[in-house]
Amino acid sequence: MTADTTINAQGLNLTFETNDGPVHALKDVNLEIKKGEFVSFIGPSGCGKTTFLRCIAGLETPTGGEISVNGMTPDEARMARAYGYVFQAAGLYPWRTIGGNIKLPLEIMGFSKAEQNERVGRVLELVDLAGFEKKFPWQLSGGMQQRASIARALAFDADILLMDEPFGALDEIVRDHLNEQLLQLWARTEKTIGFVTHSIPEAVYLSTKIVVMSPRPGRITDVIESPLPKERPLDIRDSAAFIEIAHRVRDGLRAGHVDD
Amino acid sequence: MKSLLPVLSVVGAILLFWVVSVVPMNMHLTADLAQRQDIAVSPDTPVARQEYSGIGLALRNPQLFGMTYSLDRPRLPSPHQVAVEMWETIALKKVTSRRSLVYHGWVTLSATLLGFAIGTGLGILLAVGIVYNRAMDMSVMPWAIASQTIPILALAPMIIVMLGSIGIQGLFPKAVISAYLSFFPVVVGMVKGLRSPDRMQLDLLRTYSASASQGFWKLRLPASVPYLFASLKIGISASLVGAIVAELPTGARAGFGARMLVGDQYGQPMVTWAALFAAALTAAALVGLFSLMERWTLRRMGMHAT
Repeated sequence: MTADTTINAQGLNLTFETNDGPVHALKDVNLEIKKGEFVSFIGPSGCGKTTFLRCIAGLETPTGGEISVNGMTPDEARMARAYGYVFQAAGLYPWRTIGGNIKLPLEIMGFSKAEQNERVGRVLELVDLAGFEKKFPWQLSGGMQQRASIARALAFDADILLMDEPFGALDEIVRDHLNEQLLQLWARTEKTIGFVTHSIPEAVYLSTKIVVMSPRPGRITDVIESPLPKERPLDIRDSAAFIEIAHRVRDGLRAGHVDD
Repeated sequence: MKSLLPVLSVVGAILLFWVVSVVPMNMHLTADLAQRQDIAVSPDTPVARQEYSGIGLALRNPQLFGMTYSLDRPRLPSPHQVAVEMWETIALKKVTSRRSLVYHGWVTLSATLLGFAIGTGLGILLAVGIVYNRAMDMSVMPWAIASQTIPILALAPMIIVMLGSIGIQGLFPKAVISAYLSFFPVVVGMVKGLRSPDRMQLDLLRTYSASASQGFWKLRLPASVPYLFASLKIGISASLVGAIVAELPTGARAGFGARMLVGDQYGQPMVTWAALFAAALTAAALVGLFSLMERWTLRRMGMHAT
């Protein structure tokens, strides 16, 4: 563990008690994420990728092992507003305008009115939604709504962004566009990003580090440091280096896959 | 306005059924009256006529059809008789007159509105308690449901008499019964509404470390507004029924319920029917008012698309 370690999990275990007996959602997960990394978690459903993200956020409590976020426990980090969380669905409040939705965390955290307005303008600019402040969510497309929810997560300047399959429900063209924008955003804000996906191209295109996971019990089977440059045009996906990483991810997924 | 034609068709069909029913329903009374006025009736004795049904008697005496619509004390008044009675007691009487339906309507309406306000307030408080307190969740709901299984007709006189014996009379006891009927839909709707935010919405607030009261004011309460309006529309009509029922068993001298009872006891069916229709129109107006408020509120909240 070094000074720029942002998230550090050691021997992390999480078992859910269900009616059908205990479910081992995470088993012996060790992972270190450094400041400014873009880390993707990829794996089939049930591999614990979302559960791991929720552990980082303090939304789930591990039953064993250690996890620290910015050198604190996840709960302390949450209280310190260390991260913004983007869910699968945009989850905007239908009764609030886009601006009002972005103000939600700011109101809760007690920012002044002037500060709120300034921040709303700034993050809407970041996600390319300037001018949509007064619109209601139903007036926006699905992709725009998800961008607004990213803006909401950025509004209070947490230096970690946790994203749980944020583009999973969107069509491929919109998804490509949002991936490109997300990389630009990451480059501009230098945030540490944890990104859950089950799309191999998405994981390879976005990440500096790809964490391949497999189910029953949920565990990490491979961690791939991407050699791709930070500047990534969409057509990098046709390059040999890209295809090679994609192969390795696919092999990792296949190795962890038990046919049952 | 597309719904206008179907609505009018149904109203027309009901009116037609009503108009046709007037003849057999009033036939025996009409025949007795006609005989006293030396009009030929067949069969010609009341005892013999008892052997016939209303329809049978009508078929034998088509000459009496017209008379069935103009009896002073019909068994079933015709629509135009009710309309005339309503016109006279609503439009032609001074609103302060004891014979004005507007006066009686206001007596019932004031109890309705007071009871509705009490019931709604109580319902919202109970719902908040149920959602936030596990003990209340387990204990209050079964009692709320049980309370609605007791026939209000049995309960109303007891409440009125008991409150009367401690010196509380007039508006308030009726409002209590209105509140008793109207709190229930509000409890049910608000519990559902306050619980309508999904897991993701609640998790989102957790990631902000929001307090419970922030969760209530910023998420649960606004999310429950559409549910609240659905409940209010049921609650306001239940309130009106409660106020009328409260007037029935106690010999109240004013209100829709009192008018219905007076009409019944003194053989003035037009009075009963006019009060009945006036009550129905009042209920429709109240529900309509809440529908407008609902549309306006939801539009202001940006939810008009739903």
